[in-house]
Amino acid sequence: MSDLHKRLLEDVVIFENKEAHKTGAQFIAPDHSPRHTVQGKPLPARSAVTEASLQQRVEELLFHQSELLDEKQWAAYIDLFAADGVYWMPVTPEQTEWLDYPSIFVEDRRMMEIRMGRVTHPNAWSQAPQWGTSHLVGNVVIESFSDTEICVRSRFQMMELRRDTTRHFAGTYRHKLQRVGDDFKISLQRVDLLNGQAPFDYVLQIWV
Amino acid sequence: MEHCLKGTCVLVEPDRVHKSVYTDQAIFDREMANIWETTWVYCGHESQLKKTGDYATVQIGRQPMIMVRGGDGTIRVLYNRCPHRGVQLCGNRQGNTGSTFVCSYHAWTFHLDGRVKGIPLAHGYAGTRMTPDNPDCSMKAAARVDSYRGFVFASLSATGPSLLEFLGEARIAFDDMCDRSPEGEVEIVPVCHRVMQHSNWKFFMENQLDALHPSVTHQSTGVAAGRVERKLQEQGQKPPLFYHYLSTFASSFELWDSVQTVNFPRGHGILKGYMGLRPDDPDTKEYVAAMYRAYGEQQAQEYLGRSIHHVLIYPYLSVQSPLQQLRVLRPVAPDKTMAEIWHFRLKGVSQAIYRRALWYFNLVNSPATMINADDLENWTKGQWGLESNGGEWVSFHRNFGGDTRENGVTYSNNGTSEAVMRSQFEAWREYMNE
Repeated sequence: MSDLHKRLLEDVVIFENKEAHKTGAQFIAPDHSPRHTVQGKPLPARSAVTEASLQQRVEELLFHQSELLDEKQWAAYIDLFAADGVYWMPVTPEQTEWLDYPSIFVEDRRMMEIRMGRVTHPNAWSQAPQWGTSHLVGNVVIESFSDTEICVRSRFQMMELRRDTTRHFAGTYRHKLQRVGDDFKISLQRVDLLNGQAPFDYVLQIWV
Repeated sequence: MEHCLKGTCVLVEPDRVHKSVYTDQAIFDREMANIWETTWVYCGHESQLKKTGDYATVQIGRQPMIMVRGGDGTIRVLYNRCPHRGVQLCGNRQGNTGSTFVCSYHAWTFHLDGRVKGIPLAHGYAGTRMTPDNPDCSMKAAARVDSYRGFVFASLSATGPSLLEFLGEARIAFDDMCDRSPEGEVEIVPVCHRVMQHSNWKFFMENQLDALHPSVTHQSTGVAAGRVERKLQEQGQKPPLFYHYLSTFASSFELWDSVQTVNFPRGHGILKGYMGLRPDDPDTKEYVAAMYRAYGEQQAQEYLGRSIHHVLIYPYLSVQSPLQQLRVLRPVAPDKTMAEIWHFRLKGVSQAIYRRALWYFNLVNSPATMINADDLENWTKGQWGLESNGGEWVSFHRNFGGDTRENGVTYSNNGTSEAVMRSQFEAWREYMNE
């Protein structure tokens, strides 16, 4: 065995299964915090219309969901998903599953909670620059519905401004909705990003 | 900067480098000529090109190339340029060109090895010096093409070290990836994520083996993942292994300092660190048993127990062999670098084992990465900082003089030693002064 191969068998286990306290910038500078999390902002109001068709109610949910993204109401956004709901952005429109093929996003509520925890952490450095999005959802088509489930397809356009740079994303949403009383929960949201395999100028920090 | 071209040695000192090596266009052009367009550059994997006529376009320095599988099974690398009027022959990133390259402008055709096949109204060239027997009528090929364990490289220079000499001991990147398959082979997953970095390529290469940055840069993700991980444990559930891929980034400074970097000649290097990929579950047991059958217990234990986090092939490749991930840099400008991000399947392993690598690819290396989001922010701000006149030098003083050097290999005695950067610039200076 060569010297290198022997050295490679010397173990340092870098997977620590406990919380590391002596880490991060605030360990070095405890009063340091480049960014405060925004708290206490009211949620955007739902539609006041009480008499509405299924089409209108589904559209209202999609509009509300996109507004939560634009308002950075991450917890309320996650809460639109069912307990076992999944947000999925495949790489290509042909893709039919996420277990054995790469995806851009495949997140259950727990993973979404990690993502929310990341972007709201004071030391999420990439969140320091001012940024925002504006979503527009349209072409809403209810493909099928039953007493329990609704499948709906729509198109979206989104512009993002981060620091001084704008980016433009577009594509198709496919929502599988569960009826919960008069409202809905998302059991699956599939997002086919038109520019999913184009070069990304920077990355996606949050759901589209 | 006149002195840049005369001698780059004044820009690189053993413990610091001048900022212009990250920002200067003339230095960048020289890097393209002296490094990328001379040395061995990774083009792709053999499994990308399954059938005759399958091709993938690839950028080697400033040169647009085509990697193509010929009718004889050989993979060749050709300049993507029609010898007639210079138009590119392949306008797509990948595909199948059948038995022939056809130019879209005047229908010159070429065999898959680049030889001219046909020219419309060829009699029009009679009596000129551009008759089809002139080699100038054929597509130009890369001077050298070679592969190692299925990974294809090309060199645009006819002379220089062989591929094996170039890779040196850093070939462990490919050995470690393939050895983890009971069949000794990997297959590419046909997804390439591309992310543009607004920074010099060196930022990425330095960052990959920089063990001090994870707990600072990636703390937000590490802490958030650790919190959910603990919540699940408190609820009596077993968090999936991939949560740990994220939470480990917030390990303590001391822990990261305890890993070691191994820095080879030519700028290649290894960040050691065992990734804890062998939990005691039925899937892992089945996999280990298959490895024992394939290699015998002792050999299999060595393959599975290697302490490797990342291997760098300088100056453009970062291989995370235990999880079969590969990132290759295609520099565009001093402040612009395209990263192509791939991963591989181990042949002969269960889907459960594949999924471990897939989760890492999705969480860390996809365009929705929870890790590189913060790296990219650092590198962009780093590039802007170095373009300023706020200082002339970039410091690599950490543990300077505190490393161990044996047979041309530098072993850092601290994980966070900037031996990595010092070693990379030692190689850079040699390339640039040639």
